[in-house]
Amino acid sequence: MDLVDDLQLPLGDRERTRRAFLAAVGVAAVGVAGFGTGVTAVRFLQPEVLFEAPTRFRVGRPEDIPAGTLVVLPEQRVYLLRTPAGFVAMTAVCTHLGCLTRYEAENDIIFCPCHGSRFATDGSVVNGPAPLPLPRLALSLDNGLLVVDTAVTVSRDTVLAA
Amino acid sequence: MSDAMHQTSTPKLATRLLQNRVYRSIVRHGPFDTNRNRSLAVFSNFFLHIHPVKVRLRAIAFTRTFYLGGLSAASYLILVVTGVFLMFYYHPSVPRAYEDMKDLQYAVYMGPFLRNLHRWAAHAMVALVFLHMVRVFFAGAYRPPREFNWVIGVVLFVLTVLLSYTGYLLPWDQLAFWGVTVGTNMADAMPVLGPPTKFLLLGGTAVSENALLRFYVLHCVVLPLFLVVLVSVHIWRIRKDGGIYLGSPGGEGSTPNAQGPTPTAAAAPEAPRP
Repeated sequence: MDLVDDLQLPLGDRERTRRAFLAAVGVAAVGVAGFGTGVTAVRFLQPEVLFEAPTRFRVGRPEDIPAGTLVVLPEQRVYLLRTPAGFVAMTAVCTHLGCLTRYEAENDIIFCPCHGSRFATDGSVVNGPAPLPLPRLALSLDNGLLVVDTAVTVSRDTVLAA
Repeated sequence: MSDAMHQTSTPKLATRLLQNRVYRSIVRHGPFDTNRNRSLAVFSNFFLHIHPVKVRLRAIAFTRTFYLGGLSAASYLILVVTGVFLMFYYHPSVPRAYEDMKDLQYAVYMGPFLRNLHRWAAHAMVALVFLHMVRVFFAGAYRPPREFNWVIGVVLFVLTVLLSYTGYLLPWDQLAFWGVTVGTNMADAMPVLGPPTKFLLLGGTAVSENALLRFYVLHCVVLPLFLVVLVSVHIWRIRKDGGIYLGSPGGEGSTPNAQGPTPTAAAAPEAPRP
């Protein structure tokens, strides 16, 4: 492609004026700058540091929890269950739209106040709208203390032997 | 201009007030004694020039539009004024937000009035915008050349709902907290874009002080600015399309002062050739 002076008109099929070329360069530069500004702005809005509670926390000694009890930890939004087979940690956050469920001891059922989902104490859905059972969370023993990590979900048959 | 003639027929005080150099530098048209001056009064005025110079009686009949667009704009004006007043007492932080809301409700002079007015105007605006869309739809007022103005209207409706939703979090009570938890989890359910959208909206992984501040900025600055710009374009396009829609282009009751050929006119079936 040849660049020609405006005065040397008419142009051939493969020629364009310097003016048109510089205008195209200008538009492209503004486009690149605008795109960069957009990407940077979105990136700016992603926090680098979050001042949120740690996902890994200690619950207590396993021998303090009698068999058949369900411990409610509302701060961390976790249920800790001691079944005959062992310990199970389970999220208390409803799988429907993220509300905090509550344990109703008199009915032995986990109930979500937002849209009425109900779960059995093993986490399975009794009635909707919750689409999935409550996922189980990583549970381990650390220096004789039960430790839960809410950031790690494990399979539905995971049990920490007592 | 025929100033000399008016001076003889108008009282002396009015002459001094309306014919002096300062007033005439601000209002540059003459008294409302001719159609030309009455027209100039409209289109030389920044606030009135959104209107066509002449409006047909049919166009301002209450039953044509039920004034729903204008009432939506009026609700917005009320929301801006009451909202700015509320901002003088509200801190978007935890736990001040909830306490400030309670102070507005029980301690601030005229606080309950302003807060309730803000709330009711917000409800009214959502309802009015919706009814405005229903009216436009059933009148067929979205037809060419007004298709894009319908699109702007849809965006304005979304902005109205988003303003309503972002304002929902600001009292920082249980309803607000769980309402926003549910709403952002709905965004989270979107494929691919869901999780990053939720993270950006909340400024974290859960509804927290970051989320409160973000919703506050969106509610008080970002969304109102977008809304004002789009409403301006919306009203400007109505003006350019010849004012209120009075019928299909070229058809009975249509607006003869609509500018330019319309796509439907261009695409109209040709008359059968002999």
